[in-house]
This record gives sequence, C-alpha cells and structure tokens, in this order.
Amino acid sequence: MTHSPLSRRAVLKGGAAVAGAAALAPLPQRAAASGGLTVGFIYVGPKDDFGYNQAHAEGAAAVKAMEGVTVVEEENVAETIDVQKSMESMINFDGATLLFPTSFGYFDPHILEVAPKYPELRFQHCGGLWQKDVHPENVGSYFGYIGMGQYLNGITAGHATQTKKIGFVAAKPIPQVLLNINSYLLGARAVDPSITCQVIFTGEWSLAVKEAEATNALADAGCDVVTCHVDGPKVVMETAASRGMFLNGYHADQSALGADTYLTGAEWNWAQVYTDMVEATMAGEAIPNFVRGGLAENFVKMSPLGPAVTDAARNQFDATKAEILKGGFAVIRGPLKDNRGNVIATEGQGFEETDVALESMDYLVEGVVGSTS
Amino acid sequence: MMEGDLGLWAIPLAILGGAIRVSTPFLFVSLGELLTERSGRINLGLEGTLVFGAMSGYAVAYLTGSAWTGVLAAAAAGSVFGLVHGVLCSLPRVNDIAIGIALMLLGMGLAFYFGKPFIQPVAPDLPAIPLGWWAESPQVQASLRVNVLFLIGIVAAVALWWMFRATRVGLLIRVVGDSTDAARAMGLRPAVIRTLATAAGGAFAGVGGAYLSLFYPGSWNEGISSGQGLMAVALVIFARWNPIACFWAAILFGGAGALGPALQSVGVSEGYYLFYAAPYVLTLALLIATSSPTRAMTGAPGELSITK
Repeated sequence: MTHSPLSRRAVLKGGAAVAGAAALAPLPQRAAASGGLTVGFIYVGPKDDFGYNQAHAEGAAAVKAMEGVTVVEEENVAETIDVQKSMESMINFDGATLLFPTSFGYFDPHILEVAPKYPELRFQHCGGLWQKDVHPENVGSYFGYIGMGQYLNGITAGHATQTKKIGFVAAKPIPQVLLNINSYLLGARAVDPSITCQVIFTGEWSLAVKEAEATNALADAGCDVVTCHVDGPKVVMETAASRGMFLNGYHADQSALGADTYLTGAEWNWAQVYTDMVEATMAGEAIPNFVRGGLAENFVKMSPLGPAVTDAARNQFDATKAEILKGGFAVIRGPLKDNRGNVIATEGQGFEETDVALESMDYLVEGVVGSTS
Repeated sequence: MMEGDLGLWAIPLAILGGAIRVSTPFLFVSLGELLTERSGRINLGLEGTLVFGAMSGYAVAYLTGSAWTGVLAAAAAGSVFGLVHGVLCSLPRVNDIAIGIALMLLGMGLAFYFGKPFIQPVAPDLPAIPLGWWAESPQVQASLRVNVLFLIGIVAAVALWWMFRATRVGLLIRVVGDSTDAARAMGLRPAVIRTLATAAGGAFAGVGGAYLSLFYPGSWNEGISSGQGLMAVALVIFARWNPIACFWAAILFGGAGALGPALQSVGVSEGYYLFYAAPYVLTLALLIATSSPTRAMTGAPGELSITK
C-alpha cells in the first residue's frame, strides 16, 4: 500500500489554514477598499433641521468630499444606550476608526463607556468638558466659542428693538446655553443698557409645539427680537416671523425663513474643523484632546447682515467683530452681577472666551428675566 | 406694534390662545379614536397616523401649492392606515392593541423615510380667521387667530355626538361596539362596520397631523408630534367616550400646555419643569376624582378589549 502524500494530519492542517485565511480576508480587503480611513458621524436629530445637526452634517459633507475618506452617518440617535450601539456598529461593521458623536449628551456616560474598549480608535465629542487623567486618552473634545456670535447677534438686536425687550427660546439650562443667553443680552446692552432679555426654557432639544408656544409667549410679552438655542430653529424662526418679530439665527443660516426681518445669525463652521481633524489623522498626527476656537479660528461664522440692519448697527457690529478677532475680548466682564444679585465679576475682572470657567456657567446675568431651574 | 404691557392678564390670554392653537390635533385624533372605540376596537396606532398625516399633508401641500389638497391627502393617508388596522384586526385571533402598536411604528418609520426631502422646503400654510379684529391689542389679535380646522373640529364633535344619539349609522356602530352577539343576531357584520369605523377614525387622525405641519407649528420635522397622538388616545377614556367631552378635554390639554411658557414670559420662571407636567397631573387628578371602585366606567363600549 503506497503512502498517500496527503496524510490526514496534513489535510486537517491545510483545511484550518484555508479557513483561517477566509476568516481574516474580509478585513484587510475592506480597509483597502475604503482607502484607509472611515469616519463615523452620529446626530441626535435629522441632519437637515436648519440647525445643530445640519451644521454638523455640512461638516461631514466636507469630509466626504476629501480624497480617500469614507463617511458613515446615522441620524436620530437618542442620547441613550442607542448611541453606544451606533458607535459599536460603526466600529465593528463599517470599520470606522474616527468617530464624531456630535450631541452633548453622548459624552457621559456613553462615550466614556465605549472608548476604553477600543483604545486604538479615536472618539471626538462636540462640547464635552474633557479632563486629563479623568477621561480616556483616546477621547477628544472640541467646541466653538459661539457665545461671541450671540454677542454680535445681540448688537444687531439692540439696534432693532423698539420695545427694549428681546427674547430667547432655550432648550435646557446647560452652561453653553446660559453663556449664549448672557452674551445675547450683553451684546444688546452694549447698545442700550436698559434692554432686558426674556428667556423661556422648553426643557427639551426638539419640541416643535412647545417652541412655537414659547415664541408666541415672548411676542405676547412684548419682545420684538428673538433668537434661540434649540436643535432646529426652524419653528421658532417661522413663528417669530409670522408675529412680525426681528430674527437672530443660530446654528445655521436661517435667512430663508424670514427674509426681511432676519438680522444676522451665529453659525457653526464645522467644515473647516472636521477637514482639519481628518487631515491630521490621515497624516498620522495626533489631534489634541481639547480643541476650542472662535471667530478668529474659523470655528464660528456670522450670517450676512440682513436688509433690516441699520448703518449704525452695521458699524458697531463690524467694530466689535474686529475687536473680537484681535483676541482677548471678554463678554463677561466686571462690574457684573447675576439676576439674583450675586457678583459675577468685579470692576476690571473679565473672562475671555478661552476661559474654561465659562464652560461651567450656572447663572443668568442681570437683565435676563428667567431662572435656571 | 407691541405696545401695551398686559401684565398678569397675559397668562389667561396665553392659555386661551394656547388652547385654540394647540388643541386641534388632540381634538381630531381623539374624535377619530372615539369613533373607532365606539365600534369596539382600540387603534393605538393613531400616533403613527398623526405623524404620517403631518408628513403627507406637508409634502402634498408643498408639491401642489395648495394647503387644502394637503389636508385631503392627509385624510386619505390616515384612512388607509385605519383600513389596514381594521382589515388585519378582522382576521381571527388578531389582537387590536398589538396591531395598533405595530402600525404606530410603521407609520412613524414611513413618515421619516418619505419625509426626508420635505424637512427643508416651506409649504403653504392653512389660512386663519382673525376673530380678534375688534381688539386693539396685538396679543389678543394673535390669540384669536382661529384656524378653520379648529372650527371644523368643533362641528365634527357636535356631529358625532348627534350621530351616536340620533342616527341609524350611530346606532349600528354602538350596537357593534357594545355586543358582537347582539349585532350578529340583528344580521349585522361587525367586522365590516368596525373596519369602516377605524378607517374613518384614521382619516380624523390624518387631518390632525396636517394641522400640525400646515398650521401650528406649521412645518414638517421628525419631532413634530412629540406624543400628542398617544395622549389623544388617553383623552378618549378621560372624556368617557363622549365627543363633546373630547372637545373640552382637548381644550384643557391645549391650555395647560401653554401654561409653562406663559408663566415664564411674565417672569414666573422657577420650576418650569413642574408647569410642563401640569396637563398630566391634571389628568391624573381628574381620573382619580371621577373613578369609582363600585361601578364600571360609564360610557365604555362593552366589546372594548381594555374594559372587558
């Protein structure tokens, strides 16, 4: 009996090797097909909401246009365990190595839960307060000083208001929202110190009917200029326009929603920020864990001034903007009290936009009618 | 234009305005659900029908340039959803509550899918009747801008009440809803009547959705309903299956919803989360006050699966 060249053991070995190769094969192939880098974007709402999510999606679109980058997106992901599932599936099924979960509430506990499991991947979160030694090294935080944009909004509002009452529809009393409200009023007070700002909190990021009710309540209370900080400003802008109010936009350009009365708006410029970060990653450079920028760094931009903006308003707007671009401008500066009478800043004291203390703001300044709880 | 500070009078005015503006979707959905439940079935899917009605109404209004065509499209879409629910529930051993939940998720999913291209465009709005023309104050004028659909809703509530009380059709629906056996003995076909009642109920819910997207707040987005369809279903029980009571319940919910923003606008700003819970607290209080351990719920149709 001749000995077969293929012993049973050799066959088994060969079979195992083939099976192993087959199992491993798809991974390198997919990486090659995607050209190296897959970037995942997660949004809390629809990505064409005229607002927060649209601003991020416009940034993602700019990344999509880059050579050799694949973008995967998911919208309407709640700030719950859902976002952890979305991240896991982007990592394990799409091969994403750079993730942008963009909503504030994704950070704690969801990103902090998932990130330590994938130390070689990068999680970039918008707005969270990343701290060294407390949070994972592969998590980064980025945000823009859009409060400056609301300050400039406030200047146009201060010139436009006849009733000396301006309005703000806000979602939740978190530091970024409070800074926007305070900046908006202080901008208007730079025009006329007798102006007050009425704020109404809706309690959620996206509640169409309540936002419309809040806008109507502001109009009824005599406010004649309004801005907002909710995810999709479309409802606020349309309702305010129907009540004949002047509009200050937020998140994205809403001039299409109230052509004649749209003064200007504070917009995000994520296209710039995201393409920079993706370029750095492709070049093998590390993205800093804590990135911030304002008007000067192109993180934030203003809508073109509308037809209702007077020459006086335009001049003050341009002068203040030039001042901000120089750097070192402080919106929150002394003497300043909050609306309960506590001293926020004494004479000569100021918080520049880069001051991290502003990111834990918990007060409304004097002149804002409203409460944080 | 905004002269005249109303002070605390702003609160009742805002509640009145809010009741008129916000109540219409509650009214239409609860009338639709009432019609369905009086025939002996529960359609929990009306939240999905409401959202799909909002989307289809907005889309058709945008594409045709006519808001009223949008309302008709929303009614048609709603009746299709109702018809599907009715037909599926006519099959043996099918649970109406489970089908309702499935249709709610389906309706929302389809609305989000087909509604994508319509989030950005601006569709024509339904016209409003300025019933506040006599008032000097712009606030009063704004509160009394009444939409035609609100008036149609009132007429529909009275018409349904009269129908159940005095017409043959109303009697047929009530017989079917109270006792399948009695209806069969009379030679009626309960499944057919229930299916038609559910389809008509769906049409009501679709119109409620069209009001949301075409008048107030007046644009289509995925968060437009925020659970109003589900609340309206509960309103029917709260209103004890009486169409006139449905109207008052809808007004109550609309007005209570306006309380939170109105109080903040006059400077009462502490604890706004509590004010926002006002409608639900009110519902609980009224249900407890009107409940009884010794007798069954008055007005409840006998064949309804939740009251059997």
